[in-house]
Amino acid sequence: MKIVVTVKQVPDPNSTQALESDNTLARDKEVVLDPGDECGIEEGLQLKEAHGGEVVLVSMGPERARDAIRKGLSMGADRGILITDEKLAGADALLTGRALAAAIKAESPDLVICATESYDGSTGMVPPILAELLGLPQLTFAKKVEVNGTNLKVNRQTADGYMVVEAAMPALITVTAAIAEPRYASLKGIMAARSKEVKQVSLQDLGVDGGGPAETIESVASAETRKAGSIIEDDGNAVDQIVKVLADAKVI
Amino acid sequence: MAKVCVYAELSEGKLNSAVTEIMAKARELGDVSVVALGTGAKEAGATLGKHGAKVAYVKEDKVFDDYLAEPATDVMHALQQQDAYDLILFSFTSDSRDIAGRLAARLGTGLISNASDISAEGGSFVAKVPYFGGAKLASMKANGKPAIVLVRPKSFEASETGGSADVKDAPGSVGDGSKRAHILERVTEASEKVKLEDARVVISGGRGMGGPDNFPLLEDLASALGGAVGASRAVVDAGWVPYSMQVGQTGKSVRPGVYIAVGISGAMQHTVGMKTSKVIIAINKDAEAPIMKIADLGVVGDALKIVPALTAAVKAKKGKS
Repeated sequence: MKIVVTVKQVPDPNSTQALESDNTLARDKEVVLDPGDECGIEEGLQLKEAHGGEVVLVSMGPERARDAIRKGLSMGADRGILITDEKLAGADALLTGRALAAAIKAESPDLVICATESYDGSTGMVPPILAELLGLPQLTFAKKVEVNGTNLKVNRQTADGYMVVEAAMPALITVTAAIAEPRYASLKGIMAARSKEVKQVSLQDLGVDGGGPAETIESVASAETRKAGSIIEDDGNAVDQIVKVLADAKVI
Repeated sequence: MAKVCVYAELSEGKLNSAVTEIMAKARELGDVSVVALGTGAKEAGATLGKHGAKVAYVKEDKVFDDYLAEPATDVMHALQQQDAYDLILFSFTSDSRDIAGRLAARLGTGLISNASDISAEGGSFVAKVPYFGGAKLASMKANGKPAIVLVRPKSFEASETGGSADVKDAPGSVGDGSKRAHILERVTEASEKVKLEDARVVISGGRGMGGPDNFPLLEDLASALGGAVGASRAVVDAGWVPYSMQVGQTGKSVRPGVYIAVGISGAMQHTVGMKTSKVIIAINKDAEAPIMKIADLGVVGDALKIVPALTAAVKAKKGKS
């Protein structure tokens, strides 16, 4: 089976984040492969190991997003496609979806794997947009995936448990961090990744029109912050103080 | 008046509480129609009439209970063709997210996700979206029509206005082509006595709890206080507790009377889901942890000692009264 995994380079979740003057995310910070995407790649690799086929990584971003693809290739993915274009700077979810859909359509995969949402944007809107544009059913928030011939079955996370959802492939799934523990790239994998193909394409190559932005950021303000209250060291009396706060709040 | 449509998410026949919250804002922004699909749709329509919906489009068909996203997208798309709404609101919850994304792509319009507020400004809509886990608030203007906005749960307080909705049959038909992602079974894992989102008191644990074996300490405190137990993303990702307990940006949003954060550093990912709690108590070994900066009472100490002692003290006090 042919599997496409979408991947994104994001500011390192462990570093301080900042905005550029035009209110897009500052990407000159340390950047990494989105940790959620690592789980998606891992799931793709496990499915390939069980059923055979190929894992293709598709990313959209500036040239250096090639590093994120390279990381996935060193985990064991077969090849990558990088969509890079000046017109994509600050692209919204719809344009991102259009660009990714065009690149993925050309691959005609059996399965598309996305993370439920990116670490930096957290809007979670690209996967359903992508599913619609590709004309695929979407099985979202998957924490377990089973493939049997062309039948796909997932355990989909819900607020109080999960539901079992089934569809015929081709299909798109989004996966949570619970899906699989990502493997570390071996030295051999890192060496092998150097010779794997990463094809770079532009919007023109894909036949996608940039268009105007669907949303505009008008302003960015610091959110209201709560004031700190009192901080005490526990010298044995902390419990009494907590009980007092609970009583004042009328919960006991 | 602007024409506003609210998608009324139902789960196993029950209206998602995020929908009545959204109604409190939607009715300020224009004339509101709601769309309720599947088992329980008529009852939900009647409920939402009391929350200010003028029209309730309903369809009680099992197809909406049994298949993800696509059947509902078909109806929402047909309704937009019929009524040409200026604004369509969804809650930022799993099922609604799936539908909103597909609808936006089908209409070729953009959408604003994860909003915490929305206002009408000069004929268009501007949504406030928390960034960086809530440290920044961006004002985003929707340039297309309809504007599609997904609203974070607990952004508004639900209140009844006492009206009633004109209940109509929802337009559109669902073809076999949309019956693809088939729900075979629903499994309940959480044996929550008190629902996390509705609890008066929430006690959440993080890495500072040391391991999953210590979470029963929080359960004991929660049962003494009649509250519910939550968790940080770090411990959910580590597999200590199920996702259903996660509070934060990618988990649940809560707004209890008292929130007790135990061994949670307070990364913005977490605080965006709990910082509107009325009172916040933090117990942490690190006096410099970010959670201390938003806590009404910060206790620096060993959670594994303090929590059981607190449980005993609460029980003793309750026993007296």
